[in-house]
Amino acid sequence: MIADLLLAAAILAVAVASILARRTFTAVALFIAYGLLLSLAWVRLSAIDVALTEAAIGAGLSGVLLLGAVRRLASRAEAPANPPPGAAMTVLIGIACACVAAALGAVILLLPEPAPSLAPQVAANLPTTGLGNPVTGVLMSFRALDTLLESAVVLLAVICVWSLTPDGGWGGAPGAAQPILGDGPLLLLARILPPLGIVVAVHILWVGKDAPGGKFQAAAILAAMWLLPWMAGLVAPPRIAARWLRLTVAVGPVVFIAIGLAGAVTEGAFLAYPPGWAMPLILVIEIVLTASIAVALALLVIGPPVPEP
Amino acid sequence: MSATLFGLMGAALVGIGLFGMLVRTQVLLRILSFNLLGGGIFIVFGAVARRGAGAGFGGDPVPQAIILTGIVVAFAATTLAVALVLRLAANQDRS
Repeated sequence: MIADLLLAAAILAVAVASILARRTFTAVALFIAYGLLLSLAWVRLSAIDVALTEAAIGAGLSGVLLLGAVRRLASRAEAPANPPPGAAMTVLIGIACACVAAALGAVILLLPEPAPSLAPQVAANLPTTGLGNPVTGVLMSFRALDTLLESAVVLLAVICVWSLTPDGGWGGAPGAAQPILGDGPLLLLARILPPLGIVVAVHILWVGKDAPGGKFQAAAILAAMWLLPWMAGLVAPPRIAARWLRLTVAVGPVVFIAIGLAGAVTEGAFLAYPPGWAMPLILVIEIVLTASIAVALALLVIGPPVPEP
Repeated sequence: MSATLFGLMGAALVGIGLFGMLVRTQVLLRILSFNLLGGGIFIVFGAVARRGAGAGFGGDPVPQAIILTGIVVAFAATTLAVALVLRLAANQDRS
């Protein structure tokens, strides 16, 4: 209990420090700490799957993305932004935000007893999927449509980010050129970590059917293992016009939809798995989706092509 | 008990994130505050999931799975927002 209190206080302190930080770099560094502390809170809430995702995506990939943006914006003069609100306005905004937080807090305190839960239904139906991890069961079977839509959102995000390519850059290699490093810790890590990281990612994907883990966590680790050598200048990302790249990003959702349609034909419901086939089909979807999401997440962090001036 | 504690913390995070979004003027800090706010909302939902523990699970797996999906979607939206900011900056540099 005391540990929980300390953890909650630390998270709130880091959050406040992050939004009040003077420099964007400080704010992003604090935000990464916030993400890591938040994943500890997820562990305390018995949501290990979410904790893994928060650490990998909320802290890791978001941190890399924001730090990269800070670096690219630092070299230019601060854009003439809107003037910050005055003192009176700031106090008013503070009061309004406190009211929002207080209302949400009141809702938390007034939640019904006993708490409504779908856990018994999940426990009763989990054996039909052959899975042992209830969260994977929900993601891949009971609420598979949400997961399908989400994989489509990631694909759409890649298309949107690419569509921001400036004139003359279309089809080229994505992302800004990375500084060439002579030597240093990043270069060493970028050489040593990827083989280990790939093994860890495959393990997390494989245990995801019975234990915390799964495709999102594995995909985030794989994406990081691609981003690391990219940031160290060891590998150049492929041109976005490359057919294999586009196929890899799209194949996950396409396979998912195809298996869903097959379920509609044979079982009479979209995304229904034939009895006894749930587990192998889910594994196929998970593995293909991991590849697609890993490449898509990395491409999202790398950004659109930047033509040389 | 810890569900209520972290639920209240999530509510406070929503307020903090909203405040940062409204008073900070640098766009990157607004995006960051938006993510802070999102983290608070996920935690509130996670506290609800924790209260639904039962049938041998530490929490209701259905909201947990939806939160997982939400984190990935929020990340996709963040990357798009950052790409927009960088493109705007590049346009201003040219003009």
